Amino acid sequence: MKVKVEVRLKPGHFDPEGDITAKSLRDLGFRVKGVEVSKVYTLDLEARDAEDGVRLTKDMCRKLLANPTKDNFSVEVLPGEERTVEKGKR
Amino acid sequence: MRLEKARACVLRVGGTNCDLEVKVALEELGLQTEILHMNQLKKRRLSDYHMLVFPGGFSYGDYVRAGAIWGRQVITKFRRDLEAFVNEEKLVMGICNGFQVLVEAGLLPGNGVSGVPTATLANNSSAKYECRWIRLRVDGKRTPFTKIMKVGEVVRIPIGHGEGRFLLPSEGALKELIKEGQVVFRYALPDGKPAEGAYPHNPNGAVYDIAGICNKKGNVMGMMPHPERAFFGWQTPVWGAEPPEHGDGRKIFEGAVEYLKRY
Repeated sequence: MKVKVEVRLKPGHFDPEGDITAKSLRDLGFRVKGVEVSKVYTLDLEARDAEDGVRLTKDMCRKLLANPTKDNFSVEVLPGEERTVEKGKR
Repeated sequence: MRLEKARACVLRVGGTNCDLEVKVALEELGLQTEILHMNQLKKRRLSDYHMLVFPGGFSYGDYVRAGAIWGRQVITKFRRDLEAFVNEEKLVMGICNGFQVLVEAGLLPGNGVSGVPTATLANNSSAKYECRWIRLRVDGKRTPFTKIMKVGEVVRIPIGHGEGRFLLPSEGALKELIKEGQVVFRYALPDGKPAEGAYPHNPNGAVYDIAGICNKKGNVMGMMPHPERAFFGWQTPVWGAEPPEHGDGRKIFEGAVEYLKRY
């Protein structure tokens, strides 16, 4: 199954990358109020079902993909990609 | 311990830098030093060493976050050995990316090898890669690395990083760090006072101008600036003048070596 993980800065955290991108877009004439930069990982993983896939992915976020001091994360199984594997083959 | 018997290990992986500069610095002070790729360490014993250095660089391309992947690798491959190393009050030093690794592995500011980061080094506030000489104020004497320095002393050492904005999850965590004397270096103004966040003296926006911290015992220390790039007088930016005999970074390594002599 394919799972999309988005790691983004917690609300209120200063985002220099977003701010400089917004400024650059404004310099180009676009009316941009703000930009938030986040990182998206699309995982192709083996899991029993969607619930198992989400559980595993959240564990990955806690162990590597997100730093709890500054990051929030969201996990979503991609529609049409929730194909499961047979029990015991994981 | 006689210094001839002490040994340091500088670890490297793909993307590390200045490992050779650290080795040269430590050997200049009489400490036998080896540079080992992390995979070579599997065939050696970490317990044979007395000081472990995570040098600077961009380990694994800084993918995910600076230091995140190397930090987790250290945990999965050497957690027990590293735990013993830290508990025996041997020295662990992280420079720049090495500091990021120690934070990501949970060694700093924690007290042990937790594998869970409790702080972060976020993108510089300036949104730039900051590469220049800065002033550091010695803030804490808890660690052997500042053993031969004075509190309030100002030293000049270069930085080179894009992710150096030290952050803690809460105001309480910062108070605790200060109370425990774990703040080792702070970015300073020309007059030696803390930068209070003022750019360019504080180059990255780090909270409380934190440039380096240690664990509660003081034997694990990480810092964003590169002391090995300020070891010899000729490394200092004194164009056209007679260079000083030593760079300020030397004192940090001297402190470590003094500690090992008494270990």
